[in-house]
Amino acid sequence: MEQKHLAQRQTSQSMLIFGVIIWLVLFAFGLHGLYDRLAFDSLQTDMGSYIPWGLWVSSYIWFIGLSAGSFLLSTLVYVFKLKQLEKVAPLALVVALITLIMALLSIWFDLGHMGRFYGVYLHPNFHSAMAWMVWLYTAYFVLLIFETYFALRGSLVRSSFLPGIPGIFSRILTGGRQEALSEEEVRRDRRKVTTLATLGIPLAIAFHGGVGALFATVVARDVWHTSLYPILFLVGAFLSGGALFTGLIAFFWPKRDDYWQATVHLLGRVTLGLLLLEAVLTWAELSVPMWYGVGPEYEELRYMLFGPYGWVFWVVQVGLCTVLPLILLVAGSKSPRMTGWAGILVAVTFLSTRLNLVLPGLVAPELAGLPYSYHDGRLTYQYLPSGSEWQLLAFIISVGIALYFLAVKVMPTLTGRDVA
Amino acid sequence: MPENNFIKDIGEKTGTRRDVLTKGLALGVGLLTLEAWTSQRTLAASGSGQVSQGMAQIPTLPPPVDPWQEDVILVMQQDLKRALSKPLDQRHWGMVIDLQRCIGCQGCTVSCINENKLPPGVVYRPVLEETSGTFPNVSKHFLPRPCMHCDNPPCVPVCPVGATHKRPDGIVGIDYNACIGCRYCITACPYSARTFDWGEFYGDIVLGGPLPYEEIPSLEYGKVWVREAGKSPIGNTRKCQFCIERVEKGLLPACTDMCFGRATYFGDLNDPQALINRVRQNRQVNQLKSELGTHPSVYYLL
Repeated sequence: MEQKHLAQRQTSQSMLIFGVIIWLVLFAFGLHGLYDRLAFDSLQTDMGSYIPWGLWVSSYIWFIGLSAGSFLLSTLVYVFKLKQLEKVAPLALVVALITLIMALLSIWFDLGHMGRFYGVYLHPNFHSAMAWMVWLYTAYFVLLIFETYFALRGSLVRSSFLPGIPGIFSRILTGGRQEALSEEEVRRDRRKVTTLATLGIPLAIAFHGGVGALFATVVARDVWHTSLYPILFLVGAFLSGGALFTGLIAFFWPKRDDYWQATVHLLGRVTLGLLLLEAVLTWAELSVPMWYGVGPEYEELRYMLFGPYGWVFWVVQVGLCTVLPLILLVAGSKSPRMTGWAGILVAVTFLSTRLNLVLPGLVAPELAGLPYSYHDGRLTYQYLPSGSEWQLLAFIISVGIALYFLAVKVMPTLTGRDVA
Repeated sequence: MPENNFIKDIGEKTGTRRDVLTKGLALGVGLLTLEAWTSQRTLAASGSGQVSQGMAQIPTLPPPVDPWQEDVILVMQQDLKRALSKPLDQRHWGMVIDLQRCIGCQGCTVSCINENKLPPGVVYRPVLEETSGTFPNVSKHFLPRPCMHCDNPPCVPVCPVGATHKRPDGIVGIDYNACIGCRYCITACPYSARTFDWGEFYGDIVLGGPLPYEEIPSLEYGKVWVREAGKSPIGNTRKCQFCIERVEKGLLPACTDMCFGRATYFGDLNDPQALINRVRQNRQVNQLKSELGTHPSVYYLL
């Protein structure tokens, strides 16, 4: 028994070292992208004026979807009182906050003038869906911070006696409070969390549906200009956020008890349902404009499916993001490990779905003859994210991973550890 | 306007031809008079005389221009003077492009680049080319494409900071110092009339920086813009602004001034006397993607 325990510890230690090495590689790789972005502005990207949005906009909607999904998952506990997920709900809030930071970093790096972002606050144009996005994100960010704080306050007070950084961190956040929260205070905090979570539901739906609307309202882009887009974005958010959380609980929840098994199982069922719904919506998105093989969207979607980057759809979006997770979720429904892998697969490869929502609307010339009218590397309909673009994305992901492990380290109660 | 000496000289040298022309003209006038007389009789017989009396009260436009008889550049400059004497909000700048006259020389593209000191990747007025048919029945079509300066511009409402705006004189402009470089407007323009200044220079490859002529500032919107990293217009969306800084000084846009096929006309759409309105008479006129409801201020003569 002791030998088995020792072997398990050794395995987890070697996994930790392996993880740290991977993270360091990712971070170093990403730092170069950050240097490129800050030193050369957008020069090192492969974007042009005909395809002006690329990997960074796609990753922004990927991250913001993860955030909205994680947040809405937490509302199952704080608004709909689902007991099973009660222990993991604070972690969902923290994941929502971290992925929101990642999304904001992505879109901030995409701006031509990063230093002027405050213009959206000083002189916003509220006709613009993008201006609404920024204001709604700001409201969501503030709401998330307060909700996370009130959801964690009780455990932070308990953690303030811990030695080292977790204790210091807890004492700072609780103002050095020593006595535990009274029952009345706990009730008051719960009420605050419920109110904030209830307010957060329409907010999360508004900002993420709104991201879909940001694309859908553009009349110039046939593929984007459909009422289905905001719905697709929302369902994608639920799915990717739910899947990420399933993976995190399956692999990083420290106690492998019955509760953990039942929670992963429940999250797996939720992911499975959302995966099927996403598949139906994707079918509707593609089949309606393509059925008769005629119309402006037909060529653009055909390019997406059978053009040079068709593998992104067939291999990544269909294979790794839909079919394989479906098999894992159905065949391995009783295995938390299989369910976890399905979640991780969906969450990671969901970037392909986001790329396939952004890019097809941009690949066709708006006027015949445009591609040949003026020859310039920035005036083409070819786009493949440059090394620098991937590097910056790696930087953002490494920041997200670091924030997650930092949060879990300084707030041990997040992962269900008892510190009382 | 000075008399066209070229035509006069030819007339003097070909006396016999002149006689023939005079006789032909007399015959033509005679036939037209007969036609007018019979038309009036027909109208009277059908009881439409009252309609024609009412029609007489509607103001009529001056006759269409024959560009071979008038120097259109000088005519348009006179039009500009007249328009500039009016308040800003009573002008509506517009453009007419005669596709039968465009020879696809791309001179307008080049003069625009020269005027606005456009860097690599930025173009305001490309000439679209399309080849149709198969040999030997092949034809090539050209379509110069400036910004359409739409009256219902899709690029304006999408701008999150209001940097893109519609001016009272019809110009769709960009406040470079307010633009955050999000490129949403580029995706929203149905004409791909907006390009982004990525910060490139023609001298980058050889010199690793700008060539001397690339350091000359552009004067768009009547301001001095020197392209330096981190400063506007680098990192901004850019577009044709009808060379408004020239127009407000009584000069035509660079593309119009340069067009030696005289295919581009510019002026005040609110002025019925302006050449831009006269050239559209008796011609089939088209606007790009008018079905979108953008109401472009650029018209094409087919």
